[in-house]
Amino acid sequence: MERTKLDIWVGIFVIIGLAALFGLATKVGNLTSNNIKETYSVYAHFENIGGLKPRAAVKAAGVVVGRVNSIIFDTEAYHAVVSIDVDKRYVFPKDTFANIYTAGLLGEQYIGLEAGGDMTNLAAGDLITQTQDAVVLEKLISQFLYSKASEEDK
Amino acid sequence: MNNLLNIIAGLGSSFRSKMIRLGAGTRLFFLIIIYSADSFKRIGLTIREIYFTGVLSLVIIVVSAFFVGMVLGLQGYYTLEKYGSSEAIGVLVALALVRELGPVVTALLFAGRAGTAITAEIGLMKATEQLSAMEVMAVSPIARIIAPRFWAGMISMPILATIFSMVGILGGYFIAVLVIGVDEGAFWSQMQANVDFSNDIVDGAIKSIVFGFACTIIALFEGFDAPPTAEGVSRATTRTVVISSLAVLGLDFILTSFMFV
Repeated sequence: MERTKLDIWVGIFVIIGLAALFGLATKVGNLTSNNIKETYSVYAHFENIGGLKPRAAVKAAGVVVGRVNSIIFDTEAYHAVVSIDVDKRYVFPKDTFANIYTAGLLGEQYIGLEAGGDMTNLAAGDLITQTQDAVVLEKLISQFLYSKASEEDK
Repeated sequence: MNNLLNIIAGLGSSFRSKMIRLGAGTRLFFLIIIYSADSFKRIGLTIREIYFTGVLSLVIIVVSAFFVGMVLGLQGYYTLEKYGSSEAIGVLVALALVRELGPVVTALLFAGRAGTAITAEIGLMKATEQLSAMEVMAVSPIARIIAPRFWAGMISMPILATIFSMVGILGGYFIAVLVIGVDEGAFWSQMQANVDFSNDIVDGAIKSIVFGFACTIIALFEGFDAPPTAEGVSRATTRTVVISSLAVLGLDFILTSFMFV
């Protein structure tokens, strides 16, 4: 076959490949939906994080406003220290609540932020003092059983 | 007693000959690397081989990808439907294709379509003493024949696997959304939420590169090592398909256990 014709076909082949990769990246993967760019990090202490994982979503009113950056265990106070990256576009008052919720009945866990009424805002490196732990199903069931048992005792 | 000894000796000699072939294959790989610079001076040779291994494989890859995607869409829908989560069909199709089926099925088809052609061609060149003739003319057959085919395989395979994954997802989309009627928005948005670019898509690409390497080097070595007879070439071609397929599946297990912890 002629040399130029060959080159054209190979060029088309490579372009189709790049187009497929572009399609995978934008349409199938999450390369475009990760539009959180500049962030500031705040911290929160939890007694129990349940199944929270790094890169889990941080939501306020259901909108993703950040990601969990890292989770470490503090051996002095025996609680989990969760570092949260919040998008720079969003500010929250100092007395914001951080709760660990579960998406759906068996879904992934995420952190929900509920704004308080403080006049000053959270800055980078601040600690969110008011937190609520993840709901552990076993604990909930045992609490329920204990309260049932004590009711029957009466 | 003598029989038993013969069996043990047979085991040993077959192991030894396999090890020798493995060593010879590794040496061929290093020779290819050494002669690559020479062969890139005539880049047209590599482009020609990309045409034969890549462009001509495009039809079989696209058609089988579309069917694989459609089957995944159908099977996934029937099962997910029982749990009332048929919207997750997009995630299922995309993850299955990007992580596993894209690279693996492409490599198996590649071994059958391009690998056999490489083995038969080189084996026949050897049988008709074209390779020896080149050496007499002071043209290195590695630089002129082997290296361009090696790089063509290494370049074509990831591109083919990417196309396979994308076309397969379109096949799943065709069945799930257009035929069955799963919600289109949920199909794509759940897929985007659960397919990670750096984990899933890049790992799939790494797999396809490794498989491309394995299939190409096996095909080249089998052709280069084939006894210069009609029977030898036919056996080498068979071995190419068998060894490539086994290598791809074995490597797939190893890579998967590394990648998706």
